[in-house]
Amino acid sequence: MSSPIRHTAFAWAIALMSALLLSGCARHPLQPDVTDVTGLVAPLHFNLTNQAGREVNAGDYRGEVVMLYFGYTHCPDACPTTLTTLADALSRLGAGASRVRVLFVTVDPRRDTTAVLKNYVSDFGPQFVGLRGTPSQLTSMIKRYRVSYHYEKPDRNGNYEVDHSSAVFVFDGRGRARLLVQTGARAGAVATDVRRLL
Amino acid sequence: MRYLSYLLPWQFSPTVLAVCALTVALYVRGLVVLRRSGSAPGFWRPLVFFLGVALNYAVLQTHYDFLAQHMFWIHRLQHLILHHIGPVLLVLSAPVPALRAGLPEGVRRVLRRPSVGTVVELLWRALQHPVIAPILFVGLIYFWLIPSIHFTAMLDTRRYMLMNWSMLVDGILFWWLMLAPREAQGRAAIGYGMRFVILGAVAVPQIVIGAYIALVPWPIYSIYAVCGRAWAISPLLDQQIGGLLTWIPAAMMSVVGVLVVLHHILHEGRSNRTQRHGPSPEGGRARAGAAHASAGAAA
Repeated sequence: MSSPIRHTAFAWAIALMSALLLSGCARHPLQPDVTDVTGLVAPLHFNLTNQAGREVNAGDYRGEVVMLYFGYTHCPDACPTTLTTLADALSRLGAGASRVRVLFVTVDPRRDTTAVLKNYVSDFGPQFVGLRGTPSQLTSMIKRYRVSYHYEKPDRNGNYEVDHSSAVFVFDGRGRARLLVQTGARAGAVATDVRRLL
Repeated sequence: MRYLSYLLPWQFSPTVLAVCALTVALYVRGLVVLRRSGSAPGFWRPLVFFLGVALNYAVLQTHYDFLAQHMFWIHRLQHLILHHIGPVLLVLSAPVPALRAGLPEGVRRVLRRPSVGTVVELLWRALQHPVIAPILFVGLIYFWLIPSIHFTAMLDTRRYMLMNWSMLVDGILFWWLMLAPREAQGRAAIGYGMRFVILGAVAVPQIVIGAYIALVPWPIYSIYAVCGRAWAISPLLDQQIGGLLTWIPAAMMSVVGVLVVLHHILHEGRSNRTQRHGPSPEGGRARAGAAHASAGAAA
């Protein structure tokens, strides 16, 4: 039981576990409900169609800070609230706001045609882009960002709600994921942390 | 066709496929070799072995993995399989003779080299240490359930894979130490009495963390709301089921472990007696009695 080999091995195991714990704790929130996700979330990459009906990909947004959000236009509360917060945050960035794009990816492409998307995003500001994809394009995107959505049962009129992720992923000008904004983040907090990426 | 697609991986991992395929190939090759020499392990052991491999594969590389990424309690069930049930099945199937027989001669020669042997032996001794093994076993459960760690493990594919692999590998190591017969464990073997102590010791912290997660009245793990749940369920209910899965079946596995160790003790007592006195109908009852007594003493 008391051989030196066993004691050394034991000490190493403790050291390894402490190192793992410390490395995990080093990533602390910046502002409340904003998390640093550098190196954790996949870089920006996608092939989708924008509200003008043009095919776009991540390369089209190089050099700009991108805020990526999954939602749908019939969304009763979560999406309008989040998009309003983002619009408010952009208005606090002043001239810098012109270098930010908010990509609104619909998880309900059946109802969200390009025309519907165009009408919807224009309410929030010129930096807002509506994107839709084929089922396989959307699936590869939700796999990449490890998010999910699912459709609720339709009511008598055929209207249905969609449960979806609430995260806003923020990418820097080089397409690297940097921040994750959670529901409840204040516009001021978002602006403070996004300004650092400009 | 739609249901068949659920058998496909949500996120394909070449590592999982390669490891599972290689393990099964080794085992089948070993079975063929053993059958030729007349020492094949029969029907049940291979069945349990394949069931163990299949269960682990299923929770890692089918549509189940999608659900595990997006529902806390399904994730807890995944870890119950990777860290407890799957490894227990693999160890109970006593696969080492078949796997060893399945190894190509070249690989066996490398493993026999003194330098390689020493490294493997040292690592094995450390991981099978009666203090390190249970700390590692419980430590990993706690580590991946630290809210900030859990958050990043669910966000980052590489950390997620590391988490699941660490649970499976550690599960096999721990349950091998607890459940393999002493004569199969070689020099790292630990006594049956010590195993009762360890099985009891690891149950307590699992009960504590499971009960905490199940009973705390606020959601601890925000990542499932951030990334979206697999279907509509209240966050608290999701957490409560997950806590119960961490608490009760996980701790029950210690009871299963105790039963298996008791079986080893009875079996060993019986074969010792048989060696000393030779089989006789009269001795049979006395042997059973002696084995019970020794089991009681060990417990």
